[in-house]
Amino acid sequence: MTNGRWLYSRRRFLAASAAGTAGLVLGGCDRLSSAPTFREFLAGAEGLTERVHRALLWRGALAREYRVADISRTFRANGSQDAYNLPPEHIELGQRGFSDWRLVVDGLVLRPARFSLPELRALPARTQITRHDCVEGWSCIGSWTGPSLSTILDRVGLLANARFVVFHCADELPRYIRGVNPYYESIDLIDAFHPQTILAYEMNGAPLSLAHGAPLRLRVERQLGYKMAKFLTRIEVVDRFDRIGRGRGGTWEDDGYEWYAGI
Amino acid sequence: MATTKGRTYRYSLPVRVSHWLNALCLAILVMSGLQIFNAHPALYWGEDSEFDRPLFSISAGRATGGRAIGITRVFGWSFETTGVLGRSTLKGRAVQRAFPGWSTLPSEQDLATGRVWHFFFAWLFVLNGLAYLAYSLSSRHLSRDLLPSREHWKRLGHVWRGVLIAALGRGEDRAQYNVIQRVTYLVVILVLGPLVVFTGLTMSPAVDAAAPWLLDIFGGRQSARTIHFGTTWILVLFLFVHVAMVLMSGLRNNLRSMTTGWYGLGEVPSHDER
Repeated sequence: MTNGRWLYSRRRFLAASAAGTAGLVLGGCDRLSSAPTFREFLAGAEGLTERVHRALLWRGALAREYRVADISRTFRANGSQDAYNLPPEHIELGQRGFSDWRLVVDGLVLRPARFSLPELRALPARTQITRHDCVEGWSCIGSWTGPSLSTILDRVGLLANARFVVFHCADELPRYIRGVNPYYESIDLIDAFHPQTILAYEMNGAPLSLAHGAPLRLRVERQLGYKMAKFLTRIEVVDRFDRIGRGRGGTWEDDGYEWYAGI
Repeated sequence: MATTKGRTYRYSLPVRVSHWLNALCLAILVMSGLQIFNAHPALYWGEDSEFDRPLFSISAGRATGGRAIGITRVFGWSFETTGVLGRSTLKGRAVQRAFPGWSTLPSEQDLATGRVWHFFFAWLFVLNGLAYLAYSLSSRHLSRDLLPSREHWKRLGHVWRGVLIAALGRGEDRAQYNVIQRVTYLVVILVLGPLVVFTGLTMSPAVDAAAPWLLDIFGGRQSARTIHFGTTWILVLFLFVHVAMVLMSGLRNNLRSMTTGWYGLGEVPSHDER
């Protein structure tokens, strides 16, 4: 065909131009990724996903519940886990068995209330063995016990303009700096009144450990793990969440993740 | 199929449009998928992740002597993959990443943006695929151009030898797909495409609540994630062979026919690309 040197240089030329083209395309995609309007355009698919899921998913459709034997040997904790992300007051509350801890429920409700841990434990509880799906890709199966969120919301009574339930937490991400970035999340009323949406004070039959969000965390079984706020301090019922945090409905959402985390 | 002297109208407009949309979707889905994989670069079988027993994992570590290396583990075996998997260079800096920056979208580690790209183009991929299927069934593209007949099967040996010598038949033979093309495209369209979509959907906790049978079919969410990853690489392998065949059988003629529809029959591939 031809001599080796020519072939070699042509190969090099082809490889270099392929790499160059790939570099251009990649650089272009990176630039597009960081262009806010283009990113917003792509993120518009989230609305389509949510609407299609809501249409296909019967409101009360349950996430699969597993057997005791299916519970994961190791249940990874992520997000905030210790004093790095938690205020010293919360650690101290824990050292006293959270006896002074209270859950505040307020916002667009008829009867704002405060619940102690024994009061929550006195409510009818649900135990569910479910799979926890992290946005990173891993899954763990655990058993969760606590009252349904609907029980609490029925107690306080929602006002007619209530649309979302916001969960305020004791921890901060990326690290605790005294109330600068308190963790928060929000869900709509469809998920808030779903039978598997519970406020868990127990995991695998034992009181919630600090790493998993003691004394109380949210379980929203049809969404990803980041929605399931830990170290709850306050539940606020709102009609809009654009005035909370950076306005996107949650700590992860403010960092560019989807508000609807069903996939 | 309209045939004039020396050329044939091989691809209708819907096929051409869906082909290029699909090419765009696949490229972006693979690269944003690798970005997402990098957030937890390990695969498992079953419902949950047994972190100490992955089927496949990519990590960074140190060799004896303290040199920073990338390690890829497949079942029990470990391989050093420094430079590509586990440890690579991104914008002149050595970084610990499963897949290297040149293969992910965006190139920096950014799960949130990777997901935004992935889900937008996943929708486009699915809608484009459904439109293509609807068109192919109603226009009989599927049964006429893709389903191999007994006559096609009889020529399997002949075609296979043709593939091996990179000639792919000549003249009239090339007016329509041969048996290997038919079977390959059917497997990609009817098996691999749906498989990658449904395993992707099985990773969604909401879809699992609506269709728990998906978990039973694939053996759990982590199995579905593993199959999703594996199917992707089979599709990438298909892509490489596909592009190689396009190059071997006449790059310009193939590109032109997939763009304008007209496929030249008289051209000898060796004149085009040697």
